[in-house]
Amino acid sequence: MFFQQIINGLTVGGVYALIALGYTMVYGILELINFAHGEIYMLGAYLGIIFLGIFTAMGLTQYSLFLSLLLTFIFSVTFCSAYGFTIEKLAYKPLRKAPRLSPLISAIGVSIFLQNYVMLTQGATDKVFPHIMETTKIEFFNATMTALQVFIIVTSLLLMSLLHLYVMKTKTGKAMRAVAQDKVMASLLGINIDRIISVTFIIGSGLAAVAGLMVAMYYGLVNYYIGYIAGIKAFAAAVLGGIGSIPGAILGGFVLGIIESMGAGYLSSEYKDAYAFVILIIILLIKPRGLLGKSAKDS
Amino acid sequence: MLLLKDIHTFYGNIEAVKGIDLHVDKGEIVCLIGSNGAGKSTALMTISGILKPKNGGILFEGEEIHKLPPHQIVSRGISQVPEGRRIFPRLTVMENLEMGAYSVNSYQLSVVRKHPPLIPPLTRVDTGGVTTQLEKVFELFSVLKERRNQLGGTLSGGEQQMLAIGRALMSNPKLLLLDEPSLGLAPIFVIKIFKTIRELNSEGLTILLVEQNAKAALRLANRGYVMESGKVIKEGKGAELPHDADIKKAYLGE
Ligand SMILES: Nc1ncnc2c1ncn2[C@@H]1O[C@H](COP(=O)(O)OP(=O)(O)OP(=O)(O)O)[C@@H](O)[C@H]1O
Ligand SMILES: [Mg+2]
Repeated sequence: MFFQQIINGLTVGGVYALIALGYTMVYGILELINFAHGEIYMLGAYLGIIFLGIFTAMGLTQYSLFLSLLLTFIFSVTFCSAYGFTIEKLAYKPLRKAPRLSPLISAIGVSIFLQNYVMLTQGATDKVFPHIMETTKIEFFNATMTALQVFIIVTSLLLMSLLHLYVMKTKTGKAMRAVAQDKVMASLLGINIDRIISVTFIIGSGLAAVAGLMVAMYYGLVNYYIGYIAGIKAFAAAVLGGIGSIPGAILGGFVLGIIESMGAGYLSSEYKDAYAFVILIIILLIKPRGLLGKSAKDS
Repeated sequence: MLLLKDIHTFYGNIEAVKGIDLHVDKGEIVCLIGSNGAGKSTALMTISGILKPKNGGILFEGEEIHKLPPHQIVSRGISQVPEGRRIFPRLTVMENLEMGAYSVNSYQLSVVRKHPPLIPPLTRVDTGGVTTQLEKVFELFSVLKERRNQLGGTLSGGEQQMLAIGRALMSNPKLLLLDEPSLGLAPIFVIKIFKTIRELNSEGLTILLVEQNAKAALRLANRGYVMESGKVIKEGKGAELPHDADIKKAYLGE
């Protein structure tokens, strides 16, 4: 039971962490809570169904499942990154100098718009994600792990490592950290702030798309409002880890996923969504800036 | 080299710079002094493009730059060490310096993109001379080399000022704007900073220096401007200004 819940927790935790990274990166740079981020995750799931459907109709899935899935991921990520990029340019950039509440309201507006847009074009009923990965199971310590769970955990960890390397080692990654620390100074050194912000939205949206696709594969069902709850939970994960901190978002995502599945396993699954928030409140009472948040003096 | 014509800069409704004219010629050290709140930092931020002037124009090497975004002004060859040093506290010394060279490398990349090679180079070729510039900075301030892997926020005030100047030099600028580089430093660092300014200038770098330490600054400068409540009230040769009766009374405490 214990190991089973850990495995389930790591699976959803990896997904929460991928979404949380987008919240935390945007917050780190713009101090904006991008409420539309959950919808990008939802779009990723829908685009996954659409593209996989197209590749299946073309006969590609039957020919090579791997190739078909790979292309589905690439296309969904590209489209979601384009959405993220466009949303920033249209809804946030014009409000860069406005009072802080304005971009927040704009974000909520984008979120409502995207939900309704998907509801109108895709319908309000659940969509089914085809069951494609065979249910190979690995058994150990009285627990079973499906191939899909392995895939989700490995993919999340891989993407997180790549993001970490990108932010720590590349020139653009370093510039992202510089912009998060002092925008005026970054401009004085010749860093194009608008470009860095765009890159941040593109990366964050791409990660959310992968998360959406993996959840669609995991649960098999997709709806136009899945971005709302997942978005709030991932945001909670980002706050739990310390908003603005990339390792914090990763830790927060996994902690949240494990708490949730432990609660569902040992207590009752009816209150699954509530455990996370109870723990969030307790941790924030003890550590107001989150587990890995910057302390007031060096921020 | 640099020419400001009737520059007016506002913060909202507050006019902080009220029509200043100023010029800096190639190879000069020009010093800008004035009491607190006179508008000196505002003037520098307007030159760097962080603040946009409401009226007037700025020419750099004959080109209008006051409508350009800050990053393009940097790539034209103007670098600023702002007031308070503004070191990135959670980047290492080395990373702070690398950020100083940001514009150099992006310029290179755009050159590469115009003529894409068949196989893109795996490592970027340093045609912008960033490595030589880094060596020069380390030669100037050897502490920075010792502390290159330390976080910027852990340096002392004097070391941070050296890092700030070193970082601004990484783009190999033609004109360096310095905003109160000696402020809050121990005397030994003040001497070091002033010595460095003189050295850089003798190697051909043009410098616009804002200073509270008027005496030392005027001794260093070819020419000086005195600002008060947003206006230039006096200008003259570096050697002459200290003998002006008003200046003596207001800024030199004599
Ligand atoms: N961000 C701001 N918003 C509103 N007013 C400002 C802002 N920054 C500066 N000011 C005002 O503009 C005027 C000029 O300020 P500035 O910082 O340019 O002066 P300074 O000559 O650099 O002074 P100091 O020697 O103290 O650095 C001051 O009256 C100041 O109060
Ligand atoms: Mg000032």
